[in-house]
Amino acid sequence: MTLTVLAVDDSRTMRDMIRLALVPNGFSVHVAEDGLDGLDVLSGLAPDVIITDINMPRMDGFGFIDAVRAQEDHRATPILVLTTESAADLKMRARNAGATGWIVKPFDPGKLVKALHMVTG
Amino acid sequence: MSDQNDPMADIRASFFVECEELLEALQDGLGSLDDGVGDSETINVVFRAVHSIKGGAGAFGLEHLVRFAHRYETVLDEVRSNGLTPDHENVKLFFRAADHLSDLVRASRDGLTVPQDAGDALLAELDAMLGTPAETDEASAQVEFTPLGIGIDLGDLDAPFDAGSAPSTRWSIRFQPRAELYETGNEPQILLRNLARLGTADVTCDVGALPLLLELSPETPHLAWTIALDADVSEAEIREVFEFVDGLCDLEVSLALYDDNTASTAERPPAADVNAPAGVTLPQPDTAPQDMPAPPPARRAAEPPARSVVRVDLERIERLVNLVGELVINQAMLAQSLVSAGLSPHSDAMNGLEEFQRLTRDIQDSVMMIRAQPVKSLFQRMSRIVREASAAVGKEVRLVTDGEATEVDKTVIERLADPLTHMIRNAVDHGLEPGADRVSAGKSAEGTVRLSAAHRSGRVIIELSDDGGGINRPRVLQIARTKGLIPPEASLSDTEIDNLLFLPGFSTAESVSNLSGRGVGMDVVRTAIQQLGGRISIQSESGQGTTFTISLPLTLAVLDGMVVDVAGETMVLPLNVVVETLSLGPDDVQMLRPGAELVRVRGGFVPLYDLGAMLGYRSRRTDYTGCIVLLISLDDGNRAALVIDGIEDQRQVVIKGLDDSFFRAPGIAAATILGDGQIALILDPADVIAGCLVPLPVDARLPDRSSKEERLEHG
Repeated sequence: MTLTVLAVDDSRTMRDMIRLALVPNGFSVHVAEDGLDGLDVLSGLAPDVIITDINMPRMDGFGFIDAVRAQEDHRATPILVLTTESAADLKMRARNAGATGWIVKPFDPGKLVKALHMVTG
Repeated sequence: MSDQNDPMADIRASFFVECEELLEALQDGLGSLDDGVGDSETINVVFRAVHSIKGGAGAFGLEHLVRFAHRYETVLDEVRSNGLTPDHENVKLFFRAADHLSDLVRASRDGLTVPQDAGDALLAELDAMLGTPAETDEASAQVEFTPLGIGIDLGDLDAPFDAGSAPSTRWSIRFQPRAELYETGNEPQILLRNLARLGTADVTCDVGALPLLLELSPETPHLAWTIALDADVSEAEIREVFEFVDGLCDLEVSLALYDDNTASTAERPPAADVNAPAGVTLPQPDTAPQDMPAPPPARRAAEPPARSVVRVDLERIERLVNLVGELVINQAMLAQSLVSAGLSPHSDAMNGLEEFQRLTRDIQDSVMMIRAQPVKSLFQRMSRIVREASAAVGKEVRLVTDGEATEVDKTVIERLADPLTHMIRNAVDHGLEPGADRVSAGKSAEGTVRLSAAHRSGRVIIELSDDGGGINRPRVLQIARTKGLIPPEASLSDTEIDNLLFLPGFSTAESVSNLSGRGVGMDVVRTAIQQLGGRISIQSESGQGTTFTISLPLTLAVLDGMVVDVAGETMVLPLNVVVETLSLGPDDVQMLRPGAELVRVRGGFVPLYDLGAMLGYRSRRTDYTGCIVLLISLDDGNRAALVIDGIEDQRQVVIKGLDDSFFRAPGIAAATILGDGQIALILDPADVIAGCLVPLPVDARLPDRSSKEERLEHG
């Protein structure tokens, strides 16, 4: 089964890396540049899992997760937060916003795939 | 991204391109902070730029970059969230850190190493800003940035999923989700399935807490699971499965004895199959979303065009530019042959041609626009030069820029960097006085260097000025005499003296620092500008400062030209230097002496140059009556009158460089192909006059200043 992933990150490099890590592993990857853009993509997409950065212009990761969780359609969609910080409070903030899990940057593709499997089964 | 190439290399390359954009945003943001016009979003942008560079750098294992960016970011975060004030001193340090960061980025890109001392010193200063040294102990955070080898072979990922052939350990796990677990999109079924992958799992669902249907609150979790796991794994590996739900559930993991086997299976009746959705038979909150019909995934372009920017190989643009050049030439040829075929100007063909002409011009403009870039990036580089130069000589210098959005041909921008760098160093080192001298002269201790760009009458004007002491003319004069650049008895005007700086071999470097020498290389600067089809001039006011004005063509590819006849040769002059065309009457020319004439233009005198003679096509005329004269404006505001033999046309021409195949002939800027296929040389009038080695001796001065200034500037 092809899993559809929405990756939200303002860094082109990161988006490329995520694509590179996931596409060869059978994921279908959609990307967005920030939270607002991500919501825009979500309006026409039902991803199996969402990956999001925290620090982004216009709408950051926390705001984005909040907004996603507020939508009935995406209430239970797993959301992984991509973070450069392993700081516990950041994880807590992400979780409080409704994130399912986290990936610490720099991620290696194996870890990313594994983390995706952890939340999608 | 192409399939044959290493995709990581592509991403790496694009990472460095992105870094340049981020560094630019960083500079911009710091500039706003420094000017006091920044708001909370400004510091966010600054922070994000450094943050994103760190993120990408981590992915490529660029340790130095990560380490520096991390500490830098920590301080910026302090500004962002904890109210560290970005005052002038702090921003200055941020600028320097940004410079170092860009060094690190470029070094990483080019595989070079950057001396670590500079970075360490900066880090120490940044850390000092935080006040609390404890904060700087980021050892734990840095561990996260151990570079990871990136391979996309995931073969070994499946390994743990193959249960060992002889599991020797039995684990007993009790897992009871709390409400938050469901709220964060976690799913017990998936967790259980992941757990089952570690080995053989025997899952028991505990429905003891499940209330009656009527009392059931779907938002409250009621279920718990007990899992007996036969797997040769560590407790940590089991807990890893529950990593994301740590704190969102009650989890007990313990080693079970095989004897417990019977005990656990005894309670088994209500067990749910792990492979069936946990809630199919029992109403549970977690299953609700799963059962809802999901909207069909709409296909969407992978990269949303938020900023529609296409990156194109420069070579392709060059090709397009060349083709458009050919198109212009072809169009001109076609026009010529239609005319010579005797078509009426009102014929359909001629009308069509006119339309064609307009389109050609539009295409040309559009293509040129592709190559055009704002000078901003160049100015940003210069702001760094100012910072470094001022630090090196211990002066307080502020760079003020203006017109950063002015667009100039990319090639011009690239080739301007070196001359500008040189000029800025000069301005900081010599243009501006030391702070104490400034104060005693009634100026602020902080010197100002102003860099501006603007479009003016079809050219780009770049001005660099300082508010220093101006050129020390007596000294310049003395040096020029000592070096034999001018006759000892020559008396020169101020402008003439200033222009001595551009003479090759002029240097006052004996007294100056290692940063730059006033005048050193100003001839090189001038040559570089001229090679771009540009001109440079200088104005200086004692005690007020010095201004250099660089005037450049908008593009290196086309030119609005006046096609003229010079002694039977067809030549092209840039239209924008031609101020006026005159036909000479018998009394208009005044002879100073043979070979040195002046033209009277509305009461003033303008030196006359016989183009045909200067270019060596014929000897000088003796009588100029009836000749056509082009009044040319020079950069220093002076004028010159060029005698030509006829005006043929006024049209756009495509510039064809004469680069390597020919010697550089003074006065010849380039060549072009005319409509009839004939090749014509494009002249640079200022250069022609400069090449005409002082037709008037220095002592033959005239009351009208304009004539000699013009002459000596190029002398």
